[in-house]
Amino acid sequence: MIDLDDVDRGLLKALARDATQNSGALGRQFGLSQPATWRRIKRLQESGAIAGRRLDLDADKLGFGVTVFLGVKLATKGQVSLEDFERAVTAIPEVQTVEHVLGMYDYRLRVVARDIPDFERVLRRRVMTLPGVGNVEANVLLSEERRPGPL
Amino acid sequence: MLDDLDRRILRHMQADPEQSIPDLADRLTMTTSRLTRRLEKLHENGVLRGQCAVINWQALGYAVEVSLRTTLDKTQSRAFDDFIVAARDIPEVIEIQTFLGQVDVRLSVIARDMAHYQEVYRTRILTLPHIADIEALMHVARIKSDESLPV
Repeated sequence: MIDLDDVDRGLLKALARDATQNSGALGRQFGLSQPATWRRIKRLQESGAIAGRRLDLDADKLGFGVTVFLGVKLATKGQVSLEDFERAVTAIPEVQTVEHVLGMYDYRLRVVARDIPDFERVLRRRVMTLPGVGNVEANVLLSEERRPGPL
Repeated sequence: MLDDLDRRILRHMQADPEQSIPDLADRLTMTTSRLTRRLEKLHENGVLRGQCAVINWQALGYAVEVSLRTTLDKTQSRAFDDFIVAARDIPEVIEIQTFLGQVDVRLSVIARDMAHYQEVYRTRILTLPHIADIEALMHVARIKSDESLPV
């Protein structure tokens, strides 16, 4: 686990908003030189605190008007069925994230579609045909916000 | 509207957001200036909003992640607004989503360990306004998390 000081936390927060800022401009905000800022960012990356980058795309403008979260319960369990399910679900392009969870569902999926009929197609042809899939619950996303977290 | 080249650019950028513009131009066999113009256009029309650093909370010592699915007391007309405003004040809440379906609002909550989670849950979450019911899904593993859109 990496220890962070206030400047590290500030840098993480700033990069989570905009990862394309260069270390010179970032450093000025925190009263640091460009090389010192660069070293700190490198340390955050190497320690794994920054896992990578994500492109922030406007899904609506790209024609993906619907995001649905699916709670999936497997009908059969066991080593083989978990692996089969995970391999098959990961390969579906409309499935953006797959989380293995404990509770009333086994997996939580984030699915994008162009509209509701397109979502129905993905659900029927791709999701319901996955190996071992049992009960599926759907919730249509209305709004979402990511918070800075405990930094 | 987007053409095939825009889609190819976005596909490559989603697959590897950290590659430099000249590298990306090479891989797409186009000139850097042509790629830069395309990217500027994608920014201008709001399709490409930017790039965010992905924070790995586990590397920062937050070992526990729980997805809290809440239903709210809808007889209260301000239930959603009050709940969301209050949830924003909890630093451990890293995501707030609203839904159409069985779940009204979902919160992603992180904690250092189970003892810390219990403290946050009891003192901060259960005191949020207008909760009718809460269900918890404990996060085990991320199987797929790139959040790519199938452009």
